[in-house]
Amino acid sequence: MMSPAHYLFLSLALFLIGCIGVVTRRNVIVVLMSIELILNAVNINLVLFSRIFGDVSGQVFALFIIADAAAEAAIGLGIVIAFFRNRETVLADEMDLLKW
Amino acid sequence: MLDSIIFYFFAGVAVLSAALMVTRRNAIHSAVFLITTLLATAGIFLQLRAEFLFITQIILYVGGIMVLFIFVIMLVRLDAPIHQLRFRMQRLVAILVAAALGMEVTVILLLAHKLPGGGLLIQGSAPADRLPPNSEELAKSLFSNYLLPFEIASILLLVAMVGAVVMAKNRRRTDEP
Repeated sequence: MMSPAHYLFLSLALFLIGCIGVVTRRNVIVVLMSIELILNAVNINLVLFSRIFGDVSGQVFALFIIADAAAEAAIGLGIVIAFFRNRETVLADEMDLLKW
Repeated sequence: MLDSIIFYFFAGVAVLSAALMVTRRNAIHSAVFLITTLLATAGIFLQLRAEFLFITQIILYVGGIMVLFIFVIMLVRLDAPIHQLRFRMQRLVAILVAAALGMEVTVILLLAHKLPGGGLLIQGSAPADRLPPNSEELAKSLFSNYLLPFEIASILLLVAMVGAVVMAKNRRRTDEP
């Protein structure tokens, strides 16, 4: 097995790329995809430490995170569709209904 | 040796396609690169001997969530790449903040062995075969120690399903009463 630091740095890289995607992209669908990427990066850490400690709990938590990601994707895309029906756009900076 | 070749292959594919995902303009291209990243991460899971998560990742993420994303991308109209450049300033700030965070975590990871108590045990290598048949162990843990969170997760999925249906429902029928 590789040293655990390799996996930690891989997870860090994916997490940072996901953060950049969340902040810079205007398309809400791509922002949601970046959030999926961040959750995935966290899963790598959980599985890695589950392997290091020889305890399967980390993988159980990774499963819960995958379930959360599925729920979040369903709700988020439902919101995107509802918003598109009202405003004909999915760009983040046009979502200003609550802006004063 | 073989282990490190496999790791660097999957890690390279994952990072490269993640970087392409956040930089491509076309949302469909982003979705395809996200699929590649998730598959590479599934390979990493397999290398870490998490077979059940490997197959769950492929079935649930690549088979379920990504189909949902691509379906929605096809459903809504995505145009206006003309004023795409308006977030240029924000991109600079984002890259600076991400670089700062990355440096911080890197320093912490590299200095971890100097912390009291040895820090996290990230320097040494892990025991080879501590987790025998993976799905069985996972099922035992999931249905004994984590039974209540499991049920709560199922309720969460039910609520999300109902919420998504309500959210995406046709507008006219809700306006009637």
